[in-house]
Amino acid sequence: MSGLGEAFAAAWALIAGVEPGLVGIVTLSLQVSLSAVLIASAIALPLGAAIAVGRFPGRQALIVLLNALMGLPPVVVGLLVYLLLSRAGPLGSLGILFTPSAMVVAQTVLVVPIIAALSRQVIEDAWREYDEQLRSLGASRPSAALTLIWDTRFSLVTIVLAGFGRAAAEVGAVMIVGGNIDGVTRVMTTAIALETSKGDLPLALGLGIVLLSLVLLLNALAALIRELATRRYG
Amino acid sequence: MLPLELRDLRFSAGGHPIIRGISARLEAGPRSIILGPNGAGKSVLMRLCHGLLRPSGGEVIWHGAKGGDPRRRQAMVFQRPVMLRRSALANVIYGLKLAGHSPQECELRAQDVLEVVGLAQQASRPARVLSGGEQQRLALARAWALGPDVLFLDEPTANLDPAVTHEIESLINMIHAAGTKIIMTTHNLGQVRRLGDEVLFIDRGLLREQSPMERFFTRPASSEAETFIRGELP
Repeated sequence: MSGLGEAFAAAWALIAGVEPGLVGIVTLSLQVSLSAVLIASAIALPLGAAIAVGRFPGRQALIVLLNALMGLPPVVVGLLVYLLLSRAGPLGSLGILFTPSAMVVAQTVLVVPIIAALSRQVIEDAWREYDEQLRSLGASRPSAALTLIWDTRFSLVTIVLAGFGRAAAEVGAVMIVGGNIDGVTRVMTTAIALETSKGDLPLALGLGIVLLSLVLLLNALAALIRELATRRYG
Repeated sequence: MLPLELRDLRFSAGGHPIIRGISARLEAGPRSIILGPNGAGKSVLMRLCHGLLRPSGGEVIWHGAKGGDPRRRQAMVFQRPVMLRRSALANVIYGLKLAGHSPQECELRAQDVLEVVGLAQQASRPARVLSGGEQQRLALARAWALGPDVLFLDEPTANLDPAVTHEIESLINMIHAAGTKIIMTTHNLGQVRRLGDEVLFIDRGLLREQSPMERFFTRPASSEAETFIRGELP
């Protein structure tokens, strides 16, 4: 019990003292996960919208696949990206294995299905409401898809944040493709795993608190945006 | 664009016949009211004419289209208007932009029609927070801005109180006076008397009669219409 209390106190001291090591780890985590979510959104939102308004053979199968991929285990993604990026792999010539870029790739792969599947659902629901009106005004399907992305933007923010939560919280993929190299590819989750196994609980706990606070802060922000937007735009 | 000819038009959904062979001719000029009890197929008939639904059989022919795209010269106002999550003005501009107008043209024309329907003060307000009556006026403005030869209205006042209904009816008359053909569904006999020049009475997917408004009320040609008129009058 006292061990836990001490760990908390020490963790707090680390956070309050703005320990440079800790700051580096937090900054890298944010850089990697934000980049991944940005790239994933650029791919997944148009993809989700296209599937939502599109009519093509195999659509239902694609939706099932996408929904299933939301539960993709991070270690499996890590392994696949590792194989892709390793020296002998098809993208080995890029030479980005064990760099933050590789971690961005892995997290992007992990997050694309989540954002695509959830945005497909939201946009398809909106499409049901807008369908006749937009077609009556002469909108083509691609232009209707863009209109729907814009009109569901406040719901999509929540989805993108869910993607960020997933990216920032996973260990397996970044551990495999990043290698948890101190000062280079060590992020919050891999550091927590390592420090815990080494027995340095204050640092692990401090990072845990920072991680939780960041996710909480972002979600509070999203809720606020949504609330204000609904009040303003209906 | 006109006359509009329906040739043995049929539509079924999931094996259920909804429109069971309707032939009619709608000339330029008179305000045509499609009248009938709930579930008669009025809305479906209108969607077939407007091209939102594909007929299961028969044809919709625009005799005066002269090679142009008839879809570009008609507009529709729905019972429940779908407003995009943007300002009232931007909602009107959206339709104009899809119709291929230049940005300056869109802006000017949109300002104009908002002025006409009495929403100039609300131009910058988000469309979704407007009242039901204001939204329906905005929907009329959005449709009319396109300068259609034919305006379809699907029970445009079904959800509105008498005062607002009166406003909407005046706007419809004004649009008619400016040279647009009005084709409107309703099940409200008072509205038929106020707005109708000719009546197409639909019952269970069949056109029972097409008569000038006065004659429809004084000497209905079908027993179904006679029953409907008697049942509806207080």
